[in-house]
Parts: sequence; C-alpha cells; structure tokens
Amino acid sequence: MDEIITPYDRLSLIRHRDRPTVRDYIPMIFTDVYELHGDRLYSDDKAIFGGIGRLDGLPVTIIAEVKGRDLSENKEVNFAMPHPEGYRKALRLAHQAEKFHRPVINFIDTPGAYCGVEAEERGQGEAIARCLYEFMQLKVPVISVVLGEGGSGGALALGVCDELAMLENSIYSVISPRGFASLIWKDASKEREACNIMHITAEDAVRLGVAEQIIMEAEGGAHTDPEITAENIHRFLSNSLNDKMAKDIDELLVSRYNKFRSIGEFTLMDSSENQGG
Amino acid sequence: MTMEELFRQVTQKFYDDQPKEPDFKCPRCQKSTSAKTMQENMQVCPFCGYSSRLTARDRLRMTCDKDSFTETEAGMTSVNPIDFPDYEDKIAELRDKTGLAEAVVTGICTIHNEKCVIAVMDSHFMMASMGSVVGEKIARAFELAGKEKLPIVIFTASGGARMQEGLVSLMQMAKTSGAAAKYSEQGGLYITVMTDPTTGGVTASFASLGDVIIAEPKVLIGFAGRRVIEGTIKQQLPEDFQSAEFMLENGFVDMIVERRNMRRTIAHLIRLHREEVR
Repeated sequence: MDEIITPYDRLSLIRHRDRPTVRDYIPMIFTDVYELHGDRLYSDDKAIFGGIGRLDGLPVTIIAEVKGRDLSENKEVNFAMPHPEGYRKALRLAHQAEKFHRPVINFIDTPGAYCGVEAEERGQGEAIARCLYEFMQLKVPVISVVLGEGGSGGALALGVCDELAMLENSIYSVISPRGFASLIWKDASKEREACNIMHITAEDAVRLGVAEQIIMEAEGGAHTDPEITAENIHRFLSNSLNDKMAKDIDELLVSRYNKFRSIGEFTLMDSSENQGG
Repeated sequence: MTMEELFRQVTQKFYDDQPKEPDFKCPRCQKSTSAKTMQENMQVCPFCGYSSRLTARDRLRMTCDKDSFTETEAGMTSVNPIDFPDYEDKIAELRDKTGLAEAVVTGICTIHNEKCVIAVMDSHFMMASMGSVVGEKIARAFELAGKEKLPIVIFTASGGARMQEGLVSLMQMAKTSGAAAKYSEQGGLYITVMTDPTTGGVTASFASLGDVIIAEPKVLIGFAGRRVIEGTIKQQLPEDFQSAEFMLENGFVDMIVERRNMRRTIAHLIRLHREEVR
C-alpha cells in the first residue's frame, strides 16, 4: 500500500472528517491531565492546548495545536491557526516545565499561524521567532509529534525539539500546497501538482534530516482505529523520553542545536568569480 | 564629412542611445522623482520619506567606513536540495543579473570606527528569500561575531522563505534563531535594521530577535502578506498597515531611524554596549 499512496492521497487522509485530533489522543496517552490556560499577557488562544499530565507516571508538559472535530469546534479553535498569544502561552508553559524539570511534549497540527490584522498587531512574527529562540535553549527534553498538518512557521514554532516524529500520513511543509500552487503557478487549484514536487511527506522529512521517526497509523489512516494510532504514539513517546531523560541536558542542547545548524545544502565557488557587494 | 564631424555624430548617437534612468515612482506616495534627486537623497523619497530598496552594494557603501568592508563567505552558493524544477537556472541567471552570489552579503567592517560583523540582505536577488545559503551565511555571521567578540548588525529584507527549497528553507528559521540565541548567550550585541520589505520567515526568526531593533521610515514589516490577509478578512487594509510606524506603535520595533542618521546611530549604540561586548 505504501508504494502507491501519493502525497496528495496523504493530504486527503489528514483532511478526513473523522481524523482524530489531539483532543482524542490526549486521554488515550496521558493520565492526570490538567489544562492550563492563557499567556498571562493578553488572552487564552484556544488554537493551542497547554497542560500538564503524566506519561507512564512521569509528569510532563503538553503543548498542542488543536484542530476541531466539526465546524463549531473549528470556529472555536480558529481551525488550529494560532494567534501570537497561543505561541506566548506555549512559551510560558515551556518555561514552567523548565522550572519544574518536566519534559515538554509538543503536538503539531496546523495549516499555519493565523494571518490576520490582529495577529500582525500583536506580533505574529516575533511570537514565532521567540519560540524558536527559547525552545532551542530550553533546559529540559523536548519531543514533538506532527499529527496531521505541519504548516510552515506556525508548525515550526513547536518543532524545535530533541526528536521529531511524524505520523505516517502527516505532512510538513514550508507553505500549504494550496498556497504554494497559488504562489508558483498563480493557480490555487493545482494542489495535487504542488504535492508532487514539494517533498512534504514524513519520508521526505526523514530524508531531509528534519524528522527522526515515522509513527505508523492504523491501516487505512488514523481515523480507522484511533486507539492503535494512539498506542503507537504512546510507544514512541515512551522510548524517546527514556532515551532523552537519560542524557545530560547540556549534551542534549548541543545536539538539538547541531541538528538544525546542519540542515541546508550549499556549495562554495571560487570567490574570485564573484564580487558580491 | 570630416573625421571630426563623424566622431561627433557617432558619440552623439552613443549618448542618445543610452537609456535614460527612469524616474523613481514612490510606491508609498506615488509621486515621481528623478533618479538623480533620489541618488542625492540616499534613495529616500523626498516627498514622504519612504526608504527605498537598496542593493547590498549601495547599502554597504552608505553604511561602512570607506574601504573597511571585508567580505566573508563570498563564494557560497545554492544547490537544489529538493530537485525543484529550473531552480539552478534561475539562481545562475540571478547571479549574472545582480552580480551577487546569493541574497545576503556578509563581512566585517567599521562604522565610524566601530568594528562589527555586518550582514546585508538584497531584495533584488529572489526577493531575498531565505534558503540554505541565506540561513548558513547568517548563522556563520553570528558565529564569527561570537568568535571575534564583535557586535553584529543585520540589515534585513526578505519576502520570506525560499519556496524552491521547501522544508529545508523552513528549517533555516530555526537555524538562524538558534545561532542568534547562542550568540546572545555569549553576551554579544545584535542590532537589527529592518528595511523594505522585512516579511515572512525572516520576520518570524532572526529579524525579530535583535537586542535593538531599528526600522527605516515607511518600510514594509510584517509576517503574513498583505494580500493573504485581505483574502482572509475580505476587506482592504489601511495604507499604513505593516509599516515601520505600525510596528513601532505596536511595540515590535525600538526606533525608526532615517537613512542619513543610520551610521551615526549604529556607531553610538555599539559604543553604548562596548563594555558588555568585550
């Protein structure tokens, strides 16, 4: 089945109306979960869930982008497109986790950070930049999982971590396929073509050094059996946390930095050919 | 016809054939100004003060002390990490057209005798979008500044991520922000100068992380594109939305500095921080 499934098929799978959201997975994976609200600066962004709970008995901080399961839920969570206050809530809880030596588990599932007037007024760019900056230096293990859509900077804000896993059918991209098509071909309907050249699947992300693990979904997609998918996520988190918790935090920070520092490809020409500047 | 007449005729024709530099039409106030006036005015619109886009070369000439600039990583150039159709050709074409190897020029210079690492993004090269080379050069500039215990000044301009490098481009946001964080830990001073246009993934990474953030008057600064937002909210946005002045008002820029005062301001700021840097 894996041989013939196209990136566009995966996009359809993650858009399936019954695809489980993080609200479905949390009770299947964690115990003693308490949601913690607000950024203490402006408001509480429902597009990002924040809370504490236990994974295999170990206290952890959970930060997650929340998709709705129907239209009314989606309106409530702004279709999982966070405002700056969502990212600032994430940072508040990340620092709280650091204080109490709890690892942080991020779930990514967003088409992207919200593009709107108020988001700009409140500094969407700064909010994301600050997440990248702070998570890079956060002195506790950080594990991230892409559940469905990993859309652009709004996803990366929760993606600076020690280990990134992607669900089998999830995608991670610099821009949504639709946005890409409209930008490159001035035609948003060429989503399928965009999927074919964008390299957005979990395999692509592993090959590009962005993701470390792929978590298998139930046969036919996560919606066919959320419990099995949740078990697989749980198993990954347990293994990953065991591994990261055993490491010295300074070592972890160095390898976290080095991972992102080394992503990118370029060549060095003879500089005499060029008088740039 | 004497030789002299012929010569005059030929030279006259030569001059007539030279394209006259077109007038500059200000994208902010829509008024036109001769290229000569713009040049005399540091490429700032004399009517509304809009600080127009500069080439990296002109920016360095305006900013660095004479002959003080030494370029670093001059030969770094893009490859095609996700096999994007025609990407190499496009890069080669832009290299020829702009004389730049990529969308950012980095190096060491002095500004009123204050030594610093400098990086200048050039929007004439693929809208200064951030691919591997931009990310790598910015990261190396931070590392150089850290190693040499120098302040760093980055003139930002960018349309955002480099679509042609896909996910690799997105990761440059994490790389540059991480490099900024590491440099900051060492106690170094980072001055951002936001120039036209600073948007997308660059706004959402190192551009917003300066210890001091300066913007030039009337430039565009924002995260999402104006048309994207207008599409979302289905209405037209006010003229000054996402301007330097808007960012100052909302608390994301420390100060707006006119081009003619830029060198002096940067040098003063560096002097004010010198004890911390050394």
